[in-house]
Amino acid sequence: MPKLTIDGMEVEVEPGMTVLQACEAAGIEIPRFCYHERLSISGNCRMCLVEMERAPKPIASCAMPAADGMVVRTNTPTVQKARKGVMEFLLVNHPLDCPICDQGGECDLQDQAMGYGHDRSRYHENKRAVKDKYLGPLIRTVMTRCIHCTRCIRFATEIAGVPELGATGRGEHMEIGTYVEKALTSELSGNMIDLCPVGALTSAPYAFTARPWELNKTETIDALDAVGCNIRVDTRGAEVMRVLPRLNEDVNEEWISDKTRFAIDGLKFQRLDRPYVRRDGKLTEATWDEAFAAISEMMQGIGGSEVAALAGDLVCAESMMALKDLMVALGSPNLDCRQDGAKLETGCRAGYLFNTTIAGIEDADACLLIGANPRLEAPVINARLRKRWLMGGFPVGLIGPEADLTYDHRHLGNGPDVLGEIARGEGEFAKVLMDAAHPMLIAGQGALARSDGAAILAAARAIAEKTGMVAEGWNGFNVLHTAAARTGGLDLGFVPGNGGRDRDGILDGAASGAVQVVYLLGADEIDMGRLGDAFVIYQGHHGDAGAHRADVILPGAAYTEKNAAYVNTEGRVQWTRRATYPPGEAKDDWAILRALSEVLGKTLPYNTLEDLDARMGEANPAFNQPDTVEPAAWGAFGKEGAFDGAPFVSPIGNFYMTDPISRASVTMAECTAVVSGSGEGKTGTHG
Amino acid sequence: MSSEAEAVQQPDSFSFSAENQGRVKTEIGKYPDGRQASAVMPLLDLAQRQNNGWLPRAAMDHVAELLGMPPIRVYEVATFYTMYNLKPVGKHHVQVCTNLSCWLRGSDDVITTCRRVLGVDVGQTTEDGMFTLSEAECLGACSNAPMMQIGDDYYEDLDMGTTQAILTKLREGGVPDPGPQIGRRGAEPMQRDHAKNQAAEGEDA
Repeated sequence: MPKLTIDGMEVEVEPGMTVLQACEAAGIEIPRFCYHERLSISGNCRMCLVEMERAPKPIASCAMPAADGMVVRTNTPTVQKARKGVMEFLLVNHPLDCPICDQGGECDLQDQAMGYGHDRSRYHENKRAVKDKYLGPLIRTVMTRCIHCTRCIRFATEIAGVPELGATGRGEHMEIGTYVEKALTSELSGNMIDLCPVGALTSAPYAFTARPWELNKTETIDALDAVGCNIRVDTRGAEVMRVLPRLNEDVNEEWISDKTRFAIDGLKFQRLDRPYVRRDGKLTEATWDEAFAAISEMMQGIGGSEVAALAGDLVCAESMMALKDLMVALGSPNLDCRQDGAKLETGCRAGYLFNTTIAGIEDADACLLIGANPRLEAPVINARLRKRWLMGGFPVGLIGPEADLTYDHRHLGNGPDVLGEIARGEGEFAKVLMDAAHPMLIAGQGALARSDGAAILAAARAIAEKTGMVAEGWNGFNVLHTAAARTGGLDLGFVPGNGGRDRDGILDGAASGAVQVVYLLGADEIDMGRLGDAFVIYQGHHGDAGAHRADVILPGAAYTEKNAAYVNTEGRVQWTRRATYPPGEAKDDWAILRALSEVLGKTLPYNTLEDLDARMGEANPAFNQPDTVEPAAWGAFGKEGAFDGAPFVSPIGNFYMTDPISRASVTMAECTAVVSGSGEGKTGTHG
Repeated sequence: MSSEAEAVQQPDSFSFSAENQGRVKTEIGKYPDGRQASAVMPLLDLAQRQNNGWLPRAAMDHVAELLGMPPIRVYEVATFYTMYNLKPVGKHHVQVCTNLSCWLRGSDDVITTCRRVLGVDVGQTTEDGMFTLSEAECLGACSNAPMMQIGDDYYEDLDMGTTQAILTKLREGGVPDPGPQIGRRGAEPMQRDHAKNQAAEGEDA
């Protein structure tokens, strides 16, 4: 391992590290703009210059490999002068518009100009001006501010896998852009805003709305997909202003999807802020007492088997636990958290988890995608798959609709028959999986949420067992969920009890009259037409499909408004933290159920969130271990059977609108318009 | 850059002529498998020659497709090098070097003459579409300064008279002799005897 001296300190670093990384290891801060630890090295901003012994001039530390015996100095007059010089040149063409720049207050250039630059300008000529570019509805550009660090180009090319950005022209005429005007086609494009060290790329929806120092920052978890991205929610007063990623190497590294980042304006629209009761066919405003009274009146004389509950995609584990306990107390076995009809079981935890773990993808050496399009279903996991693919030696096979996944893959066909072939060991890709040391497969909801889902699950298990995906210290069997609530629901056993009805059973029962009361806990993505004449209670935060059908609406809290547990697709239990309060009279979801249980005479045995969390720990020990993934024991799951010949269809048609929050979001509607082509003809001047 | 190029009437499609298809294959064949992108510059040049001296966007897209590159990577190359013209140019593209050596040796006169004879300013094309006048950075013929490049030919050791003669001949459809315009061969010394003497002195020493 190379040993070098930095400012008189001896540092030993891993081979292959750069001088800049060695300096960081020694605790010395090196200013930089173009260098980013997750992107390739470009070495073009020159801000990281340091002095090295026996080098005739300062060296760019980000691009210099650390070698044995190097003597580096970072605090000499020469280095200070070099930094001042670089800074002066960077500022030659940078406008002095910090007061009207959204980056102000969290700008690398601003900070480093303060720290390392001159205190005055010697430049009196005209600055260059660059025309702004249109990059879609999410990213606002002020290209005159660009310092050509090329981080956005490298992010688009390397991480996002959409090589659409580039630097055209040369020298003073160099410009960053797409050359041919077009919106970026990445689901991760918002991360460029974070990467941009200046105010050239800023968030379009957040433009001119707040300054960083006036925001309250809450570290929490995203619930709009099943990845469980670690996020920071910035609020001002009661309003969520923006969402930024938090670092978590095991989950999202430092990326989040555009839906996670930009769908938050949906939290302001279509909100349920007071209870409603349907009177004479019309939903009318009511008090909590009236709403509860309406439910309790309806429940008189209704047997347990005539009550059913469905949980939706965004609900927290606490509310599902409380609802399950209430249903058990009422004597009803009819409950289901799989509102998409996925044929997943709770018997074996490994049978519904992403067992490899997201970070574990980097150890895999072959991957089979079954009815999954990770790019739309979990863009951050797709970025991890792409990262693994870029390392080389990672054949990917896809059974499902052909899609651009941002990495090379073999399209093996679409439909369960192809799956059957591989399970029998036939075909080229079966051999690829056999030969791999750490093969993995990802089964998506497009394959599992169908009538033959159990057979497909069994076939996937057969492939996993046959190709050595399940071994000591390695489990390559993965289910990719699309809903933040699903794993938690399965963990808590929010599935039909003995003789209970599942989703289809509940809907059929409601249509036939066998089920009188249906409790929809944030369930919006079911066919409301099949609910028949049933009395529908909807508890949730948005006036979406469920609320429109409901007879009683109980307003709950969104994921930014409560302290609640979500279990991501890996089985990682993480808690959100309340960033704002629910609007109007809306309440915490578990508290609503606790209050209702009292009215119904079946008081739930917990008075605080701590009690409820302890109850969840009893129901499933995974809830006692937050933020970790315990390997789940392998077992039997799935049910062998005949396949339905139909091809797989991705559960996500439109990435930007998948849940009540994103459907209410104006920003997501704009993205949808651009993707679907109706936004064409618009230019950068249109909003 | 992009706005400039977009202001031009762009053809909808581009493909290499039957004659050029072979050259395309040869150029791509020069590079090992998986490194075809290296052929981007010769192919762009070929496309430009086929398309009356300028590169439409369709041609860049076609080259990108041929080489399996993202189009933006081709745009980057094409906009970086000044020898690719992203706008239509005249039949004769007159590029006058105005870098240091040529400027010291009188490139101002050459430019002035070009302007006067052609009746256009730098960056413009004559109305008949015969000439485009450009300023170029050093073209590497400093020993024969001042010089200009027209099409693929260098015209060197220019002054007002020879510049005017060359342009006039071109306008009349003739082909002026390329190279130095003062009678010397290549970059040989202007005073031959002096050079001989120096060589003799060298032998003596």
